[in-house]
Amino acid sequence: MATGGAAGWEYAPAPEARDVVRIRPRYELWIDGAWSAPEAGDYFPTLDPSSEQELALVACAGRADIDRAVGAARAAFQRGWASDHGRRASYLFRIARILQTRAREFAVLESIDAGKPIRESRDVDVPLAAAHFFYYAGWADKLEYAFPYGAPAPHGVAAQIIPWNFPLLMLAWKIAPALAAGNTVVLKPAETTPLTALLFCEVAREAGLPNGVVNILTGGGDTGAELVRHPDIDKVAFTGSTEVGRDIARAVAGTGTHLTLELGGKAANIVFDDAALDQAVEGIINGIYFNQGHVCCAGSRLLVQESIEERLIAKLTERMRRLRVGDPLDKNTDVGAINSRAQLERITDYVRYGIEDGAEIFQPECALPAHGYFHAPTMFTGVSPSDRIAREEIFGPVLAVLSFRTAEEAIAMANNTRYGLSAGVWTEKGSRALAVAQALRAGVIWINTFNKFDPSSPFGGYRESGFGREGGRQGLEPYLQLT
Amino acid sequence: MNRLGVVKTNKLFIGGSFVRSESGRTFAVAGDHYPLASRKDVRDAVRAARPGYARWSAMTAYNRGQVLYRLAEMLETRRDELRAACGGAAEVDRSIDRVVWYAGWPDKLTQVLGTSNSVAGPYLNYTTAEPMGVVGIVAPANPPLEGLLSRLAPVLAAGNSAVVLAGEASAPAAMVLAEALATSDLPPGAANLLTGPVGETAKVLAAHLDIDALDLATAADPDELAELERLAAGGITRVVRQDATEQSLATLAAFVELKTVWHPRAI
Repeated sequence: MATGGAAGWEYAPAPEARDVVRIRPRYELWIDGAWSAPEAGDYFPTLDPSSEQELALVACAGRADIDRAVGAARAAFQRGWASDHGRRASYLFRIARILQTRAREFAVLESIDAGKPIRESRDVDVPLAAAHFFYYAGWADKLEYAFPYGAPAPHGVAAQIIPWNFPLLMLAWKIAPALAAGNTVVLKPAETTPLTALLFCEVAREAGLPNGVVNILTGGGDTGAELVRHPDIDKVAFTGSTEVGRDIARAVAGTGTHLTLELGGKAANIVFDDAALDQAVEGIINGIYFNQGHVCCAGSRLLVQESIEERLIAKLTERMRRLRVGDPLDKNTDVGAINSRAQLERITDYVRYGIEDGAEIFQPECALPAHGYFHAPTMFTGVSPSDRIAREEIFGPVLAVLSFRTAEEAIAMANNTRYGLSAGVWTEKGSRALAVAQALRAGVIWINTFNKFDPSSPFGGYRESGFGREGGRQGLEPYLQLT
Repeated sequence: MNRLGVVKTNKLFIGGSFVRSESGRTFAVAGDHYPLASRKDVRDAVRAARPGYARWSAMTAYNRGQVLYRLAEMLETRRDELRAACGGAAEVDRSIDRVVWYAGWPDKLTQVLGTSNSVAGPYLNYTTAEPMGVVGIVAPANPPLEGLLSRLAPVLAAGNSAVVLAGEASAPAAMVLAEALATSDLPPGAANLLTGPVGETAKVLAAHLDIDALDLATAADPDELAELERLAAGGITRVVRQDATEQSLATLAAFVELKTVWHPRAI
């Protein structure tokens, strides 16, 4: 049940209907345009993280299944997927339209399987996923206009591994540009969130996509590790942790396999003394509590200018008291379920490190549901740059607040990380905003806004946040050879 | 009596200074001594390249283009020395022309690689090409001069600093190049040149966590290449593999980061 902390903010439950989705008891692998049982016969459960109830059994792909999927993708590529640009565009447009038509179904299923608030899956994940297919559909027959430095040709078969924080959206970010560029794909969704990818197989069928162009292999880390090592893969695209990204980079070293990585982050959100504070507060809240903080570009380090720290913290704590934590399917919910037990444990570990390192913790009073994986929105003040909660990616609803005096100090603190995915700047002074945006070593800079995404806008990291861009004209490049 | 000539002592070029290898070791090519860079020299060069990058990338693109053009001028005045250090006059011509080609690029890169993006909302959204940072270059053995400049010029044109490992074959060319770099108004540390067999030093460079990209145009053997790529993976360091003498926008594109900036539009 959704609860508001402060008096006068109570809402009656407003649950979204679940009956729009039909979850099957068991899911097979999607290979060559058909459901196919895993050869080893292994299945694993996927849970509803808000209730810990088992939703379905999902096939675990092994080496033989990977062989079959890669073979199907290769055969589809050789049957001329890359040659008819207009047709490719048509398929992608169709997929975009079907996703829009079935948006409600996808949103509910995403919230059930991933635990994210229906407000977000309905208003962000699913519309953006459809928009990505629509955007790249338009590129499929215009590739020769995309790059001034070479004639475009696809790599061939792409292996794609996606995380559990935006399951359908990450699928769209991977599949849309890959297919537009003329590749065929084998995609592995995350172990804890396979259901929307499996529903997407129905969309592929409904769109009439040729067999083998998209293959979906469910499984855990072993399946992914096996997939990227398959000798007939031309291109690997991975979104996930820096740790796993490093392993993949080592695995493909020397093979000539093309690689792009979208990895972790520890974004600084910098608030200067002249910022529009109420807007900044909304941006900070959205930056860290959007999707329970399960966001690689989350604004997890708040850098606030000393002179306004007290005022900003007061506003933030007041705003945090208004956050409604609970049932992901409740339309009033702001913060849903933590994706898995393992992630919840990781978050509680970090909260303990924060306390042990001497930072001051604030959590609004909110009744967490009795079942399921939930964590209260958390803010630490008085954090030192050397504290673990200020350096390491937590991937949860935990904000670390640090203060600075000068812009130079803020820039140095913001850049003092191995990551470089995103950053935020809040100031009403245009020249300062542009100078700071230029000085920040990160791939996406949000000025006076945060966590905005668009298919036409390139996204990706500097340094250990990975390499390659997704979105925009630049997002085609990882899927093309330019000769 | 004939005058006794003054013989030049060959040195490493680190942080804008000509220094001996901290190891005191040298190796010989055609009877001349060259400093044999050690692992420590590689680390020192990376340390010098970080502030070198800050200085170089802070200059305007127009200014960086002029400095690169001046590098071509300084090379032109050393044609005789360069000819002796490489495959001959034709290679010298190609090498200098390559520098001139890249000298015209710095103020055009973002225009060609960047975009203004039509997002579905009231936002200004643009993508610019920025330098990556410090780039480690394992220079091609052949052609000695053209290989060096084909890899170094685009790295500098894109606004990066460089640590270049020149093997035994390209050591004589690297020595002359260092003198041209030192007189081109390039800020100290923007380009650093080390000579010596690259077997061990390349590994130190590849594994160094303060380089942002690693250029492996050199035709190393596949096992060595795989090992360097594995070492680079530790820091998610970008690895660039191209032909030794490639001259292309794609080469520049390999050494930039794309940054996207959002700002709301509202009255």
